[in-house]
Amino acid sequence: MSLLSIRNLSVTFRTASGPFKAVDGVDISVEPGEVLGIVGESGSGKSVAMLGLMGLLPPTATVTADEIAFQGRDLRGLSRRERRKIIGKDMAMIFQEPIASLNPCFTVGQQIGETLREHLGLDKAARRERTLELLRKVGIPEPERRMRAFPHQLSGGMSQRVMIAMAIACEPKLLIADEPTTALDVTIQAQILDLLLDLQRERGMAMILITHDMGVIAETANRVVVQYAGTQVERQQVVDLFDEPRHPYTAALLAAMPERARGGRLPTIPGVVPGQGDRPTGCLFNPRCPKADERCRTVQPPRQPRELGEALCHYPLGADPRRPEDIPPGFGPDGLAGFEGGARPSDITPDMRGAAR
Amino acid sequence: MSPIVIADKVGQTYSISRGAFRPTADLKAVQEASFEVSAGETLAIVGESGCGKSTLARMLTMIETPTSGTLTIDGIDVATAGAAELKRLRSTVQIVFQNPYGSLNPRQKVGAIIEEPLKINTDLSAAERRAKAEKLLAEVGLRPEHYNRYPHMFSGGQRQRIAVARAIALEPKILVLDEPVSALDVSIQAQILNLLADLQERLGLTYIFISHDLSVVRHVADRVMVMYLGRPIEIAPVETLYTDPQHPYTRALLAATPAARPGQRGERAKLVGELPSPFNPPKGCAFNPRCPFADERTRTERPTLKRHGKTMVACFAVEEGRLPPPSPREHAEA
Repeated sequence: MSLLSIRNLSVTFRTASGPFKAVDGVDISVEPGEVLGIVGESGSGKSVAMLGLMGLLPPTATVTADEIAFQGRDLRGLSRRERRKIIGKDMAMIFQEPIASLNPCFTVGQQIGETLREHLGLDKAARRERTLELLRKVGIPEPERRMRAFPHQLSGGMSQRVMIAMAIACEPKLLIADEPTTALDVTIQAQILDLLLDLQRERGMAMILITHDMGVIAETANRVVVQYAGTQVERQQVVDLFDEPRHPYTAALLAAMPERARGGRLPTIPGVVPGQGDRPTGCLFNPRCPKADERCRTVQPPRQPRELGEALCHYPLGADPRRPEDIPPGFGPDGLAGFEGGARPSDITPDMRGAAR
Repeated sequence: MSPIVIADKVGQTYSISRGAFRPTADLKAVQEASFEVSAGETLAIVGESGCGKSTLARMLTMIETPTSGTLTIDGIDVATAGAAELKRLRSTVQIVFQNPYGSLNPRQKVGAIIEEPLKINTDLSAAERRAKAEKLLAEVGLRPEHYNRYPHMFSGGQRQRIAVARAIALEPKILVLDEPVSALDVSIQAQILNLLADLQERLGLTYIFISHDLSVVRHVADRVMVMYLGRPIEIAPVETLYTDPQHPYTRALLAATPAARPGQRGERAKLVGELPSPFNPPKGCAFNPRCPFADERTRTERPTLKRHGKTMVACFAVEEGRLPPPSPREHAEA
């Protein structure tokens, strides 16, 4: 049984200019002890989906889903009070801006203690003991002194360690980390990622890691979901995703990483992520896709099978360029590399200039 | 080629008030920074927050004058230059800031933003300015009809293009780029890096590229200067820095940079602790509390930049040959 199983999750915001679907038909399943990476650019709905799961969205948002089950228990019908018993205890979350997510009016010790009192009902002495243990666990020097510190007295890296201490206080089964290292320096980022992975391995905790950084994904995730404009465009094991991306968007994202470029110009993706007013018909990626044709512009793409990265694309990379119904029986996608349309990521032309809208 | 920027032991000290009845404290943001930049090259300045790289940018753009040392830009010493010379020099050096949401005035139209430097520094007529602004828009990949729009109508990448257009309006020789792509998404980041590369080629610009992202730096720079707690600790040509890093801090920075492929990185040389307070820097080498190779000498004496092959490095362990050769990692072959 999956630890977390979400089917067809959508989030719609009520806005002045009509409803806006920020997340559209997202499926997520997480096995115990697994690290799932969700990657996408800003505006791809990666954070909104997780905030919807945690019930942290403003009242203007409507969350719908066919299933949201955590440890086999459906979360949709639960009252707020029931839900709060699970959230923060078995399912915890850390955020991008550690300094902004701590309460400036209370000391570190008080804030960690609150979780312990709320969920575990520990008394004062036990809370103190456990808080010290947690601070030590996340690598904070002089925990006795830091316990009495206010958030403004801590650096960004220290604040994120405090957030992690708070999140793991009740030994959650699932930790959702939303861009946990984006605001931090690279050496501190390395420390925090190592800490999260150590905790994850040690406790067999599952983790959902949301990031825009393909490098962070490469180092941490087992499985990856690539999100674009609110939809999941590709789902693959991490090694396969980097070796053989199936969706043109994934391929372009990988190609745009400076560390993968070999001198000269970087391959770019022209245009920008579509917003509320300019959502294209057909495939959402078609205005920026080098391979888009008439079908992509009019027909919504199908979900491809698992061996094609579950790509949401009419013409996934490395697949037979013909429509499935035109392929004679017995002819698979192999041995057709020479066909037009079977482009590999390295074929993406480097001169796709960024044209202004 | 002759250097267009020469910094000789440049320093910047700020006096920080610590309350009504306590003496002010000296914060040495940059100390003894000596380096040169040749015309037409890209020098990248790398380091973590608090290392003084933005203070250096403020001195290079003459927003602040150095409190010690001499800074010579385009043959003129900025400390002794007269008002007229300084004015000319200021249009020689322009800057692009990190956050294009903060650096453009939301009440000004794009045209007015780009024309402002022309209005102040040249005698062009309104029509000439408009023609020039439209040419600049085309130059950075925007369209002439964008002239009459406000910044909020643009995406982050497009705003950064506007900021670049404004920076090159006065035809500067030097562009200081202070983290120009860190606020942008990967795909947009690539567009802006390509734009900057094109402009450099076409206009023969000299870039001083400030960044904390080593993979971006490797792509754009000719030479790299690594800073730690206000001092340059290693200066090297870009390939040398990535294939044969010397200073233990440079090595740690490279090791901490995420790999481009899963399973590519080996054991990470973990850097313990954080940047010390600049009010109370450690004695000796500033890196010694976090350095695995620190010994008695590094804790008391301060190393200075010395030549080591193609690299200038400030480290006793390198001088004494105590350092193991850099571990081979993906950066060498990537």
